[in-house]
Amino acid sequence: MNLNLTLVGQAISFAIFVWFCMKYVWPPVMEAMQARQKKIADGLDAASRAARDLELAQEQAGKQLREGKEQAALIIEQANKRANQIVDEAKENARSEGARLLAAAQAEVEQEVNRAKEELRAQVSALALKGAEQVLNASIDEKAHAELVEKLAAEL
Amino acid sequence: MAGANPTPSEYIQHHLQNLTFGLHPDGTLGFAHGAKEAADMGFWAVHVDTLGWSIFLGLIFTFLFRKAAKHATTGVPGGLQNFVEIMVEFVDQSVKDTFHGRSSLIAPLALTIFCWVFLMNLMDLVPVDFLPALFMAMGVDYMKVVPTTDVNATLGMSIAVFFLIIYYSIKVKGVGGFVGELTLQPFGKWMMPFNLLLEGVGLIAKPISLALRLFGNLYAGELIFILIAIMPFWIQWALSVPWAIFHILVITLQAFIFMMLTIVYLSLACEDH
Repeated sequence: MNLNLTLVGQAISFAIFVWFCMKYVWPPVMEAMQARQKKIADGLDAASRAARDLELAQEQAGKQLREGKEQAALIIEQANKRANQIVDEAKENARSEGARLLAAAQAEVEQEVNRAKEELRAQVSALALKGAEQVLNASIDEKAHAELVEKLAAEL
Repeated sequence: MAGANPTPSEYIQHHLQNLTFGLHPDGTLGFAHGAKEAADMGFWAVHVDTLGWSIFLGLIFTFLFRKAAKHATTGVPGGLQNFVEIMVEFVDQSVKDTFHGRSSLIAPLALTIFCWVFLMNLMDLVPVDFLPALFMAMGVDYMKVVPTTDVNATLGMSIAVFFLIIYYSIKVKGVGGFVGELTLQPFGKWMMPFNLLLEGVGLIAKPISLALRLFGNLYAGELIFILIAIMPFWIQWALSVPWAIFHILVITLQAFIFMMLTIVYLSLACEDH
């Protein structure tokens, strides 16, 4: 075996073959590998994002729960306060109503007493007039003596 | 073969001659000078180039994959790891699709076969005179750089697969089951010798066909490259380049077929009837 132009011919062929591989074989292979890399990277990204989202969501949920509890406590407190207030108001109302009723009853009683007094006075004057009429056994001018009887009644 | 101008047939024969080391008929050890001396050595000789290149390529494969495995991350894989992962996923998927038993050997075996055979086939794409000329310059007369064009290499692998077939057959079915499978079908126990003949041929044909298919394809491909190489140098590219491009497909396909058939044979061996 000796070295001759065959070697050059093979070198030419090899160069063309390598060029062909570079141009048409290598890029698709590389593309497939990069696509796979990207897919994995995306997957990992998505996973870490999901983990972060979960953490955030848990945090959020905890916060909301805490806020809810606080609000509930606040509402209960307000309700208690309001209830006390209502009870107080009711007591106040009852007391004033009682006082009013009492005053009204007292006024009525006073009125009744006055009226009875008035009536009594009138009856006494009539009775006195009749008594005097019988005592004197004579007709007396009612008009002339009415003033006298009035004075008498007012002293009663 | 140191003639100034080898004839085409000399050129071809030279390229198809392995670097053989062995026992000369006169009882001395040494390299064979020429095909005649190599043939005279008979069985007790080794093809140093076949062994050397296959071991070298095997080491490349092992080293690369080991490196990728050691530096593997769970994050986004880099270039080498990405490539290795693609290979492993591909082989693993093939094994899962075909082999339904449980074995921790099959997938690594398939991966090794695929990558190793592919690398050995890949040497086919290196121009036929490059490495031989290099070794010639270093004083080595013969150098066949494609191990899979040596039937010793392909038969060596297929015999290993053959032993695995027998091992798994006996492991899964027991000695009795395996012998029964060889003798009791397809015609029942009264036709035992005939059954044995049929099944025996079927069994032996597996490694033979496995080896010869790979060897035949690659040998033919290499031979055509050599034939192209004896054409005038300025026209070689016109044939050599298309053949090389076509060969990208062939070498991948042959590596894949060798792997697939190994899986299939072992899967059959593991199947209980």
